[in-house]
Amino acid sequence: MKFHTTLFHRFESDGVPFAYVTPTAAVVQLDEMTSEIIDNFSDAEGAEPGPWLETLEVERQPQAREAFDELAAMGMLRPVGAPTAPPAQQPPMPYPLATLVLNVTNKCNLSCTYCYEYGEDRVSNQEKPDGTPRLPMMTEETACKSVDFLLKSSEGRNGVSITFFGGETLLNFGTIRTATEYAVARGKERGRPVAFALTTNATMLTDEVIDFLVEHKFGVNISIDGNKGDQDRHRTFSSGRGSYDIIVPRIRNFLEKNRPQGRPVGARVTLTAGMAPVPETYHHLIDEIGFDSVGFAPVTSAEDREYALADGHMGQILADFEILSQEYVEAALAGKRHGFSNLHDLIQEIHQGINKAHPCGAGLGLMGVSTEGELGLCHRFVESGEHGLGTIEDGIDEQKRSEFLNATHISKKIPCHECFARPHCSGGCYHEAYVRYKDPASPNLHYCDWIRAWTDLGLRSYAAIAQGNPEFLLNFESASGAPAPAIEKDEVNR
Amino acid sequence: MKHVRAINQKARLIEERFAGAEDSVGPLAERIPFGCSTQLAPGWEVDSGGGTYGLCTPIERDLYDCYHSCYWPAQVPDALTNFADWSRSCGAPVQDWSSIDLVFP
Repeated sequence: MKFHTTLFHRFESDGVPFAYVTPTAAVVQLDEMTSEIIDNFSDAEGAEPGPWLETLEVERQPQAREAFDELAAMGMLRPVGAPTAPPAQQPPMPYPLATLVLNVTNKCNLSCTYCYEYGEDRVSNQEKPDGTPRLPMMTEETACKSVDFLLKSSEGRNGVSITFFGGETLLNFGTIRTATEYAVARGKERGRPVAFALTTNATMLTDEVIDFLVEHKFGVNISIDGNKGDQDRHRTFSSGRGSYDIIVPRIRNFLEKNRPQGRPVGARVTLTAGMAPVPETYHHLIDEIGFDSVGFAPVTSAEDREYALADGHMGQILADFEILSQEYVEAALAGKRHGFSNLHDLIQEIHQGINKAHPCGAGLGLMGVSTEGELGLCHRFVESGEHGLGTIEDGIDEQKRSEFLNATHISKKIPCHECFARPHCSGGCYHEAYVRYKDPASPNLHYCDWIRAWTDLGLRSYAAIAQGNPEFLLNFESASGAPAPAIEKDEVNR
Repeated sequence: MKHVRAINQKARLIEERFAGAEDSVGPLAERIPFGCSTQLAPGWEVDSGGGTYGLCTPIERDLYDCYHSCYWPAQVPDALTNFADWSRSCGAPVQDWSSIDLVFP
């Protein structure tokens, strides 16, 4: 019987060979014998183990046999033509929600040129299906009903989380305050903790708002693009005036008041053409302004936008990410945290061996709610009727939800089946795919090479830490229990 | 594992399962009674990779041992009384094992 290797990615760290096994998302260190076996069985047609064993010196044969069995047990070798395991099934439906993203307003006091809510690539529709305009602000009543809906739709989970989103979220602070206090009270009655998060452009971080956010331990993400030049290029008021000088003193005030008891605060940077190098932006936000972490995301846009990133830009971003990753590894080897959250999140997934059937929790554990109480896949899709999933009043449209999750399952994304980065990427963001290909179920083929290179960088960084300071990785072995506070990782670009 | 070192949590999980599979054989084997028809040996068995190559007694090697001496499980026909010609089409089991047929007692 012939055997061949399954899909895997080989990489080295400090001269030591490692492999990332795609079907399982296992990371293993190889030795000389296993590397040799992999070389001999990597042909798609496979090879017979018996004749190959006989080519080895007799004293190496028992070792080779043992190594062969270990590779087979780890899922790296399979008999040619052996039936593959059936694709993982969808989780049992109806799947309990964990997070609800409340779009408390679709208005904004900034006019960022690249915004997907108002810019050229928006999917939301300001009119309801019947032609009447949508409410610009979510009422307190709708927000409280959303809280009830979440508690009801998350039976079986201990804690849940609510993320407030916009527009500029803080334009509707009244509703946020009421909904938060209501959720705390209802959660207490039922013995179920509720965690809160919000994303803001920081223009309205007044003392009153800050005290409230600190008191309720909000996870706060602040959209900011970096130094004054970069911030003011796209993140402007409607007059065209930049927002940097207004927001930075407010952010510093917030960080100072939040630090003693609040959760870490992240900056979210939207990467567009013409920006300062990523490491420079990172150090400006961490060292000069005082953020705890910084996450970067390339702008979501159709290709022909003036701010769109071309291939050359993406190559430069990768080179810049490599520099920050080296800094991260050096810090980790010294037992210190580094705030480059893209890599931090990737290493977390790699260490746990996360293998995703869907790229994110949208429609699964997470849904968005529009100002009118309509349910959508996520906050990016809430006001697009086509992707509606019901309402908080009538509940989730389970049939539509199932159909969507079936259509977007990794087993349906044929190009992904040959890609080693599949467990981490799983085809990428639905919204990004919708903007590019008008189909949320399409894999994001325009950034495959980039994702593979980034995954390779993450694996090399991970292996370097596993070799030099494995204790650091215990940070990623969180005990399950309280839900991770919902801070959406892609909440930039808005 | 000696040659493949599990690094992340997923790899460690697989490794534990691999080790556990070996351990589970011992106590079970002690409880299995000997004897042709009562033995619970699984018969047409494959290894963890789906093949038969790594097994100590793959079916194609010891087919006749089962058949003639009644060592292997009850689902192999018995040569002693009922199916003396069952293996006629299978001169060299390593090559011809697939040509032997089902029997209907």
